[in-house]
Amino acid sequence: MTPLRHVLGTIGRATFLALVLGFFALPLLWLASAPFDAHPSITASVPEFTLANFRALLDNPYALGSLRNSLIQACGSAALVVTLAALAAYALSRARVPGRDALLYVLLLLSSVVTGTAAMVPLFELATRLNLIDTHLGVVLTLSGGLLPAAIFILKDFMDATPTSYEESARVFGASSGQVLRHVVIPLVRPGLATIAVWAVANVWGGFLQPFILLRDPDKAPGAVILYTLYTEGGAPRLDVISAFSLLYSLPVVVMYVFVSRRYGFRFHGGIKR
Amino acid sequence: MSRAEPGTLGRRPAVAFVLPALVLIGVFLVFPALWTVYLGLTDYRLTGLAAADPQVVGAANYAEALGDERFRTSLWLTVQFVLGSAVLGQAVLGFAIAWALRDRRGPLKSVTEGLVLLAWILPSSVVAFLWIALLDRDGGTLNAILHTPGFAWLLDHPMASIIVFNVWRGTAFSMMLYGAALENVPPSHLETARLAGASTFQQLRDVVFPHIKGHVLTNLLLITLWTFNDFTAFQLTAGGPEGRSEILPVYIYNVAMSGGRLGFGAAVSFLVLVVNLVLAFAYLRLLRSRGEVRP
Amino acid sequence: MRPALAMTAAALLALPALGACGTGGGSGGGAVTLTITANAISGGKNAETADWTAKWVIPRFEAAQKAKGRDVRVVFQPSGVDDEQYKTKVALDLKSRAGADVIDLDGIWVGEFAQAGYIKPLAEVAGPEADSWEGWSRIPQAVQGLGTFEGRRYGLPQGTDGRVLFYNRDLFRKAGLPDRWQPRSWQEILDAAAALKRAGVPVPIQIDAGTAMGEATTMQGALPLLAGAGAQIYADGKWTGASRALRDVLGFYRQVYSGGLGDPRLQQEARGRDKSFAQFAEGKIAILAEGDYFWRSVIEPKAGVAPMKDRDSVVGYALIPAQRPGAGIRGQDFVSMSGGAVRVLNPNSKNPKLAWELLSFMHSAEATTSQLAGAARITARKDVNDKVLGADPMLKFVSDQVLPLTAYRPPLAVYPQVSVALQEATAAVVSGTSVDEAAAAYQREVESLVGGPAHVAS
Repeated sequence: MTPLRHVLGTIGRATFLALVLGFFALPLLWLASAPFDAHPSITASVPEFTLANFRALLDNPYALGSLRNSLIQACGSAALVVTLAALAAYALSRARVPGRDALLYVLLLLSSVVTGTAAMVPLFELATRLNLIDTHLGVVLTLSGGLLPAAIFILKDFMDATPTSYEESARVFGASSGQVLRHVVIPLVRPGLATIAVWAVANVWGGFLQPFILLRDPDKAPGAVILYTLYTEGGAPRLDVISAFSLLYSLPVVVMYVFVSRRYGFRFHGGIKR
Repeated sequence: MSRAEPGTLGRRPAVAFVLPALVLIGVFLVFPALWTVYLGLTDYRLTGLAAADPQVVGAANYAEALGDERFRTSLWLTVQFVLGSAVLGQAVLGFAIAWALRDRRGPLKSVTEGLVLLAWILPSSVVAFLWIALLDRDGGTLNAILHTPGFAWLLDHPMASIIVFNVWRGTAFSMMLYGAALENVPPSHLETARLAGASTFQQLRDVVFPHIKGHVLTNLLLITLWTFNDFTAFQLTAGGPEGRSEILPVYIYNVAMSGGRLGFGAAVSFLVLVVNLVLAFAYLRLLRSRGEVRP
Repeated sequence: MRPALAMTAAALLALPALGACGTGGGSGGGAVTLTITANAISGGKNAETADWTAKWVIPRFEAAQKAKGRDVRVVFQPSGVDDEQYKTKVALDLKSRAGADVIDLDGIWVGEFAQAGYIKPLAEVAGPEADSWEGWSRIPQAVQGLGTFEGRRYGLPQGTDGRVLFYNRDLFRKAGLPDRWQPRSWQEILDAAAALKRAGVPVPIQIDAGTAMGEATTMQGALPLLAGAGAQIYADGKWTGASRALRDVLGFYRQVYSGGLGDPRLQQEARGRDKSFAQFAEGKIAILAEGDYFWRSVIEPKAGVAPMKDRDSVVGYALIPAQRPGAGIRGQDFVSMSGGAVRVLNPNSKNPKLAWELLSFMHSAEATTSQLAGAARITARKDVNDKVLGADPMLKFVSDQVLPLTAYRPPLAVYPQVSVALQEATAAVVSGTSVDEAAAAYQREVESLVGGPAHVAS
C-alpha cells in the first residue's frame, strides 16, 4: 500500500467520523439547553439559566413516580424477553425444527400488527378477560409478546454463530442441557443478551399506546404516559416542564446503557475470536 | 466460520426451552394479531352505530383501501421512507460507521458509538422535540448554523426531513449488527486482499460481503419491518403538509384513532404485513442470487 | 435442564409480584365505591378540574353521605392526555362494560357514544329524579343541548365557551386603527388587516386553517365563518356541501392567505397553532380568532403557555362579524361557535342512584362556584355565571354577548370526518388551489362520508 493512499484513507476516515459525530450530536443540543432555560421554546439557545423547571416538575405528583413505573415495566419486560428469547433461540438453533425460520418470520410479521394502533381493541379485550387491566403485569406481558419474535430472531442468529464444540465437551462430562445452557452458552452470548435487554428496555421506555390503554391508575402510569399529560387543555405543550421531564426521563436509559456496556460489553457477537 | 450443527439438543429439552416463549407469544401476540386480522373484515368502529353492531363486510375494506388514492400515495411514501431511511440510510451508514471503527479502540470509538446509540434509545416523544428544535423554520438550530433563516425544512422537504430523521434514529442497530459481523471476517483474508492491491470496494465485495451475508439479510428484514411501522415521524410533520409525509403508520393512526375506523385500520395493517412479506422475499432472492445464504 | 426450568419459573413467578404491587388498596369493608374519571390530571392537563375533584368534591360528598349514615368512598381516576386518546380509552372501558361511574366527555362525543350503546339517557340510568333535577332550570336551553342527543338528556353540561377575535391594541395603534375595535363585516376585517400590513405587522391575521391544526381549524375558523355566511355544517338532516356559503368561506381564506395578510406556512406546521400563540404573545400577530381558552390558559399573565404580562391592557376582543350585517345564521349580525364538556353516568354502574347523587352534587350551584374559583371560566349555570363572572371582563363579555349568538356542532359520529374534509378544503385553498376546485373536492368527500348526495345540501 502506498503511503499516500494510507494518508488519504486516514484523513477520509477522520472526516467521516467527525461528520458522524456532528450529525448525531446536533439534535441533542435542545435536551442540554431547554431544561435549564427560564423560557424554553422550540429552539435550542443559550439558556437564561434556571432550575425552576425542575422545581415545577417536583410539584407534579406523578412525574417521579412515573419513572419508577417505567423501570418496573421496562425491567420486567426486559427480564421476561431475554429469558424466554434466550431459551427459545438456543433450542431453535440446536434442534432440528422443520420450517423454523419461516415460522419465526411469520411471528415477526404478526408482531408488527400487534404493536400498531389497529390492535388496541383486541389487546384491551384480552387484558380485560385475563383480569390484567390496570396492572403492571398486563403491560409487561402485552409488550413482551410484541418484542419476543424480534428478540428470538436476533438471538437465534447469534446462537447459530457460536461453536458447538464447548457444548459437546461439556456433554461428554455428563452435563444436562440446562447446565450446558447456563454454564457454557450463556457466558458466550452474554453481550448479546445485554444488547437485547437494552433494546427491550428502550422499546418499553418509549411506548405510549399500550400502557395508556391498559392502565387506569395514574400512580402506575409510566413516564411516556405522564409526558403526554404535560399539555394544556388546548393541546399546547408546556415546554418548561416537558423539557425538564424529558431530561430526567431520558437519563435512566442512558445510565443503563453505560452500565451495561461497561459491565457486559454491548455488541452482538462478543467473546469468540477466530 | 464454524456454525452450530442443528441436532445437538434433544427433542424434549428443546420443547421445554421453546414452550414458555411460545405460550406467551400465542396468547399475547398470535391471538390478538389474528383478532385484528378478523377486525379487518368488518366495518367495526370505536363509536357510533357501527360499534354497537359491527358487520362482516368481507374484502370491502381491502377494496376500499386499494382504490383509495390516499392509501396508494401513503404506500408509495412509505416505500420511499423505508428504502431511503432504512435500506440506504441506516444499513449503509451503520455499515460505514462499523467499518470505520472496526480496528479502533479508545475514546473516539466509545464516544461515536455512544452518541449513535443514544439516538436509538431515547424515548420517541423526546426525540420528536429534539428534531423540531433542530428543523424549526424560525428558531431552528440547523437554520442558525447554515445561515438559512426561515428555511422550512419540514414543510418544503417533509419526506427528506423524516428520512434523515429516521437515519439518525435507527442507525445504531445496523452499526452494532455490522460491527459484530465484521468480527467474523478473518483479518488474514483482508490482509491478503490488500497485499494483492485490491481497492477498498473490492475488499468489501469479495472478502467482507460473503462473510456477512446472513447479517445483511437479518438486518434488512428487521429494519424494513421496524421502519414500516415506525410512528415517530408523526410527531414531526403530523403527516403533512397536505399529506405529503403521511406514511402508512400515520395513515393507520389517522384512520383508526382519529377517524375511529378500527376495521378499516386493521385491514390496512394487514396490507402492510403483506407488503413486508413481499419485501422479505425480494431480499432473500437478491441475496440468494449471490450465493448460498444462511437462514 | 433443571436450572433452565428454574430460571423460567423464577421469571414467571416474579411477574405476579409485579402485578400485585400495583393492585393494592381495594375498598374498605362494606363501603360503596364510586369512581369519577375526567381528562384532567393534577400537575398536568386541566389540573384545576383534577384538583377540584380530589380536594373539594370527594371530601364533601363523602362527608355528606356519612351524615346520611352511608359509607361511600369516591375515587378519582385522572387521565390528562390528548382528547382523542382519552375518548378511545373511555370508549374501550364502556365497551367492556367497565369504567368509572361518572364520566367526563366532550359534548361532541355524546351522539356517537349513545349510538354505540355506551351511554344511556340519564333518566334511564338513574330514574325520574334525573329529569326533575333543580339545575335544569338554571341551564340555558342551548347549553343543555351539549348533553342532549335525539331529544334525550344523556349528560349534565359543565360549561361552555365562545369564539371571538382577539386583537393586539399596541399594533392597532401603530396602524392607526381604533383602540376599541368591532368589525361589522368580513370586509372590515380584511381592511384592518391590510392597514396592519401597511404598518409593518409581520402577520396581520391568524385564522386557523389546514389539517395540521386539526379540529381547531374547524372550530376556530371554518365553522364561525360558515355561520357568518348564514349556514350551519349540519341542518335539517343535511350536511353542508359546496354551497354558496361554503365557497364564500373558502374565498375569505383565499383573500387572507394569498393576499399576504396571514402566514400560510404556519397553517401547515405540525406545531403551527402553538407557534401562532407564541407569535401573538410576541406581538407578531395582530388579530387571532380563538375561544376564551386562549384568554384563560394561553396568554394568561402568570400560568399561560404564552404568557402576556400586559394582557389586560394590550389585548382586546371583538365579536366575529357575519359576512355582512344580517347575513349570519338566524339573520344575525355577529356569530360564534361553542363547545363544552358534559358529565354522563355509566349505564353499567353498580350504584346508579348514588352515582346520580354524586353527579348532581358536582353540578350544584355550590360545586360549580367552587370549581370556578379554581379556574375562571363560563359555567353551564346562569345563576353561577351571574355571580362570579364579573371578576373577568372577557369571560363576562363571552357570557353576556357571545353565548346568545352562538351555535353548536352536531354530535354525530360522522362529524369528525366531515370536519377533516372541511380542514382539507381550507388547506387546499391556503396552498393555492382555487376555491371552486377545493369546494368540488370537498363536496365529493362529504358525499362519500355521509352516504350520498341525498344527505348533502349544496
